Amino acid sequence: MSDGAARTPLYAAHLDAGARMVEFSGWSMPLQYSSIVKEHNAVRTAGGMFDASHMGEVELRGPAAIDACERLFTSELRKLSVGRAKYGLMCEPSGGVMDDVIVYRVEEQRYMVCLNAGNVEGDLAWINEHAGSFCEVEDRSADTALIALQGPAAATVLGELVEGAADLPRFACREIILEGETALMARTGYTGEDGFELFLPSVRAESVWSVLVAAGGPLGVEPAGLGARDTLRLEAGLPLYGHELALDISPLEAGLGRFVRDDIATAIGGEALAAERERGSKRCLLGLLPDGAIARQGHDVLAGDRVVGRVTSGTHSPSLGRPVAMALVDAESATAGLSVDVRGRIKPADVTALPFYVRQR
Amino acid sequence: MEFPDDVHYTAEHEWLRLEDDGLVVVGITDYAQDQLGDIVFVQLPDVSDTVLSKDEKLAEIESVKTVSEVYAPISGKVVKVNKDLVDGPEVINEDPYGYGWLVHMEPSDDDPSAGLMSADEYRDLVSEGD
Repeated sequence: MSDGAARTPLYAAHLDAGARMVEFSGWSMPLQYSSIVKEHNAVRTAGGMFDASHMGEVELRGPAAIDACERLFTSELRKLSVGRAKYGLMCEPSGGVMDDVIVYRVEEQRYMVCLNAGNVEGDLAWINEHAGSFCEVEDRSADTALIALQGPAAATVLGELVEGAADLPRFACREIILEGETALMARTGYTGEDGFELFLPSVRAESVWSVLVAAGGPLGVEPAGLGARDTLRLEAGLPLYGHELALDISPLEAGLGRFVRDDIATAIGGEALAAERERGSKRCLLGLLPDGAIARQGHDVLAGDRVVGRVTSGTHSPSLGRPVAMALVDAESATAGLSVDVRGRIKPADVTALPFYVRQR
Repeated sequence: MEFPDDVHYTAEHEWLRLEDDGLVVVGITDYAQDQLGDIVFVQLPDVSDTVLSKDEKLAEIESVKTVSEVYAPISGKVVKVNKDLVDGPEVINEDPYGYGWLVHMEPSDDDPSAGLMSADEYRDLVSEGD
């Protein structure tokens, strides 16, 4: 364990719960408390609590904040109502992805943007450069903790603590009072399940965490670490920055065209994306079902003996009980008859539609 | 964490149990399975008359989060492999010193336990890392 890694306000709580800590994007985070598979299954069948306090939060405020958002992010944000959230991408002029974000419209002229931990520094510099002159930009990362409560029992658990929580629509958000402090409650998440994300003052993280443990425990809700977070998001076909998204990957290649709005030319990177949309993408993101081995990031995807792409993420899917992978593959090869090179062993891999897992409603 | 006294240990987190018939059972330690986490695949060698040298690749164990190679802790022939691991690799997590064994080897050397660690020595080794 590196001593230089930053600690979230829940660090002590993780150690108390017996977590195995790992360094992730400069943060000391819980990899698992008991077992990745056990925590994964808890989230699918009951619920899980995740510490996501390593993620960044930046607020854009003022009459022109919406213009800044539309310039910085690819999604259709102008029609976003107060109390709603939307996923989007922040791109370079080339159209390459700098980060994937969720934009929460908290008030009429106040937007909160959730950033990936590893990108916070670069994102903030970029946002300040392109938006700092016409709206107020404030980094809230240091004093904001993020707890995600995910799974079929999430609404019942939070509903007992926050009036009306269960009625909050998907991708809606609302400020609430939690443990005496204002927090932002959002019906968002990264697991493919129903659930909530609670942005709250760091000083209240420990008490809210304990309250959730006490309320959720009897319903089978348990703390879940980064290991389960990864298997859950992968099954749900959700991209992870540094895997499915990177500076040399466009949102269209990553299959996120629905988050690239029609008048995209007005966003940074928009001209490149409009041109790519016009001519078609060279690569596309696929779901693969490798046979008898786990294909992991960086493994080659083959059509016959020709390399046509690479695996971006792969794991054992606890829900399917088999290996699954996502891969970025040349568009003209993205059909059938593919295989993956798993450390020298060539394993056939059926192409399948994403996501691998869809929750029962 | 378990460190049974009836096996010998290597610094690579394998255990060896010397059987009465002269064969050696090989597996990975409780510490090793705990570090790997949920084991989902085991690639075992073929039973063969070829002598495997010490430190040659013996098996591959893959967990949800990582993959790890197991090297032959001694020189010898692989005479039996634990086929139950193909469909039930999680047995290694549940019972690393029992049903989670990997292979039986016929050692080339007279004293296959030479240079290996006792339970106490191995326990000291893994607690240094904490």
